[in-house]
Amino acid sequence: MEMFTAIGLNHFLTISAMLFAFGMYAVMTRKNAIVILMGVELILNAANINFLAFSKYNGGMEGVMISLFVIVLAAAEAAVALAIVINIFKTFKTVDVSSVDTMKE
Amino acid sequence: MNELTIAIIFYIFAAVTVLSAAFVVFSKNVIYSAFSLLFTFFGVAALYVFLSADFIAVTQIVVYVGGILVLLLFGVMFTNTIMSTELKGDVIHAVPGTILTVLLIAGMLYAFYTTGDWMPGHIQLSGSVVERIGIETMSRYMLPFEMASILLLVALIGAAFLARFDKVHKKEH
Repeated sequence: MEMFTAIGLNHFLTISAMLFAFGMYAVMTRKNAIVILMGVELILNAANINFLAFSKYNGGMEGVMISLFVIVLAAAEAAVALAIVINIFKTFKTVDVSSVDTMKE
Repeated sequence: MNELTIAIIFYIFAAVTVLSAAFVVFSKNVIYSAFSLLFTFFGVAALYVFLSADFIAVTQIVVYVGGILVLLLFGVMFTNTIMSTELKGDVIHAVPGTILTVLLIAGMLYAFYTTGDWMPGHIQLSGSVVERIGIETMSRYMLPFEMASILLLVALIGAAFLARFDKVHKKEH
């Protein structure tokens, strides 16, 4: 019972493992490029939870700072990736990544 | 608040996070996925508060919910016609993907729970970290901070260049 009521590091690691696995599932199996982007965001969130959990239970500030930079990178990545997806849509009239197989227009 | 109340609140937020993340991934409708991602981001922000990273939690809400989610919704609206019944949410390689996902979760949980106890430090983070983040940003993390600003500028210009509408058409067309 104490294992369930005392919130420790393992609880956060479990949640982040699940988020990471769901994100990997989206990246591996979905055809829609936007959903793949959502999966990447889930993976980044899982990594952030791990950074912050280790930072809290280790008492240092490194994980907190790295998670800030991860959020910044996620914002930049989402903007550029969506620009690319919109370009793909303008060129191929679809966002199905399995049918985008040429780099020429 | 005693230990049990905190644990119950933690489990509520954990359940919200994991279930909505599962809905994001397994839902066939892209719009539903995008709105379910909202709950995932809020749940993760609540978990950040449990990890005594209040500033990161607020940043998460501002950047993810206010920025990235709106971008993703715009992407969905641009690339799907809302009125069409078929918002493309097809799945390929579903069986190998499911097997790999289950193996990933099982392997990671096995590693976490059987490799002995993690050794927590003597001092754990507690209270607010805003002041310490400010000090660290202006001392040890000065260079990454400035590099992040340059990266954001480059990403902004690049995204605006890539997505502009009045693209010069090629001569041969």
